Amino acid sequence: MTEQRDIRIHVPVLARVEGEGALHLTVRNNRIETLQLNIYEPPRLFEKLLEGREYHEVPDMVARICGICPVAYQMCAVTALEQIFGMQGSPRVQAMRRVFYCGEWIQSHALHIHLLAAPDFLGFDSAPEMARDYPDEVRRGLRLQALGNRLIALLGARSVHPVGACVGGFHHAPGAAQTDALIAELEQALPDAAALITWVAALDLPDDRQDFCSVSLRHEHEYPMMQGRLVSDQGLDIPIEDYAQHFTEHQVSHSTALHATLKGKPFLVGPLARMNLNSDRLPDSTAAILAQTGIRFPSANMFHSIVARAAEIHFAISEAIRLLKSVTGPGTVRSAVTPRAGTGYACTEAPRGVLWHRYRTDAEGNIRSARIVPPTSQNQARIEQDIARSLQAFGLDRLEDALRLRAETVIRNYDPCISCATHFLKLKVDRR
Amino acid sequence: MAGAKTRVAVHKFSSCDGCQLAFLNMGEALLTLFEQVELVHFAEAGPLNPGTVVDISFVEGSLSTAADLQRIRAIRANSDFLVTLGACATAGGLQALRNIADKGDWVASVYATPETISLLENVTPISAQVKVDLEIHGCPVNSRQVTATLRSLLAGITPLDERDKLCLECKRRQHVCVMVTQGMPCMGPVTRTGCGALCPGIGRDCYACYGAAENINMSSLGRHFSTLQLNPAQISHRFVSFNSADPAFTPEPAADTARDD
Repeated sequence: MTEQRDIRIHVPVLARVEGEGALHLTVRNNRIETLQLNIYEPPRLFEKLLEGREYHEVPDMVARICGICPVAYQMCAVTALEQIFGMQGSPRVQAMRRVFYCGEWIQSHALHIHLLAAPDFLGFDSAPEMARDYPDEVRRGLRLQALGNRLIALLGARSVHPVGACVGGFHHAPGAAQTDALIAELEQALPDAAALITWVAALDLPDDRQDFCSVSLRHEHEYPMMQGRLVSDQGLDIPIEDYAQHFTEHQVSHSTALHATLKGKPFLVGPLARMNLNSDRLPDSTAAILAQTGIRFPSANMFHSIVARAAEIHFAISEAIRLLKSVTGPGTVRSAVTPRAGTGYACTEAPRGVLWHRYRTDAEGNIRSARIVPPTSQNQARIEQDIARSLQAFGLDRLEDALRLRAETVIRNYDPCISCATHFLKLKVDRR
Repeated sequence: MAGAKTRVAVHKFSSCDGCQLAFLNMGEALLTLFEQVELVHFAEAGPLNPGTVVDISFVEGSLSTAADLQRIRAIRANSDFLVTLGACATAGGLQALRNIADKGDWVASVYATPETISLLENVTPISAQVKVDLEIHGCPVNSRQVTATLRSLLAGITPLDERDKLCLECKRRQHVCVMVTQGMPCMGPVTRTGCGALCPGIGRDCYACYGAAENINMSSLGRHFSTLQLNPAQISHRFVSFNSADPAFTPEPAADTARDD
């Protein structure tokens, strides 16, 4: 291959990701010269929109940052604001919030595995195409996604921008009959979730081991979701309030999403990072199914993210069954709020990883300032690093279509949520 | 078009992607939809043909950059029937709140080098730039709304434009009125139906995420809110939120009770 190739690939919009972006890649003499993940989704300036609004408006406003993970935004907002007001949800409210969050993990992960990621590993352009050859698997995925949505709706009345949560707790407690019916559905779905883990683990996933730093919450005894300290596999162990002292966000000219780094270096958040740091916190039932696949965590293969997602679906279903048994019954699920001035922090594990919020309020509880760090802006630098390493390992002399597909597969593997971060993808390869 | 499947596109502008989920969250019915129509463009679901001629285009999101304006004109030119999907596309969405603020200052406070951020002066709904054949309201729209619209169009029937007030739906569902019984500042009297009266159904006041109903009396509701001990800023926030670019929710000069500051 001594012949000089001068080729340009242009794909206007990257498919099967949430939001809009592009990738610019220049290859010269079989070396990557420039590689930029362009996020061009227009900025929506949410932090500024919140200033001057009343505390009780915040959960419904921040939900609109992302249609796929509104629960994560709502749960961060209520937790941070309650911290300011010197209150904490009752054990029952905390159980309801964790169930609510489980619903979002199930829905978001099932959507990503089946509609966005799996077609890459089976050689299809879309899930409906894949459904012709894998009808049972796609239907199973859509059923799990719908189940996650029903779980969110049990507590939030609808699954996209749910209306049930508030500062102080929930507007209503779910009825006993509805809750029992959903527990029965969740129990019936456990074999589907177990089969899903086995199915994704058997996919022909690329075996590409890389060095990267995993970051997630870690809790004393729970698989992390809404509580814990921020830890990494390279020695970080901090209270969530100290996030801004360790992680820095900076603007890059090719993106409307801010890039975050840890000590100047890219890092990973999300399902694989959570599994790498917390697989010892999985329930025995999930761990046993995972053990049979032969895939071990921690894993340095980024493509094991899809296995981590499937394991988290099984975990979330098991966890929701356990907790739902304690959420019905008489008594209030909403505590009275007495606003006051202060600063509050929250950090939770959105389906795509660490989501960090900080709010300052005045004495009436109006928002003075807000800062929101979503998972995809934290992963953006890591994604760029991964594409470069993956394409080099894959071989830069390959056909352009193969290079483009591999780059897209790497990007989709992160389940980037650009809607969240802009607050993603044209692929352009310039070969000189 | 005898024998040929209806060609459908789903486009996205500035938004949270939540309205597209009205399709992607259909569960197993999604596969039936893919059999009934030819989805030629729907980036999040896979198919990519943004510049193709189609029978129906669904458009999510609001317009906020110069490139958006060019893109929506091309979509209009390529579409027989154009449907806007949700609050951002029909009424600007939450991000249209920046229209009433000092934008330069806002961008500068979020981004270190604001000169690389290119934004239009105002965030606008789709109808501000091109002819829209049907607007589906809601933040977010739900699967029932998009399915009903698509079924009507496939059957050659004009889709129903749901313009009733939420109060009517609330009464039909026999929910107890949260404003009358609990003094909550419910937006139901001025808000468009379609959600299923979810908020009153769980004992909270409607916050108008479905936008303005037809023939509303904003000033009257604003005055009533002031008797519920809401201050002018709080009353303003009730109207100026998820559908702030909807002219029906824009405070008139006379409606001083609904003005901030």
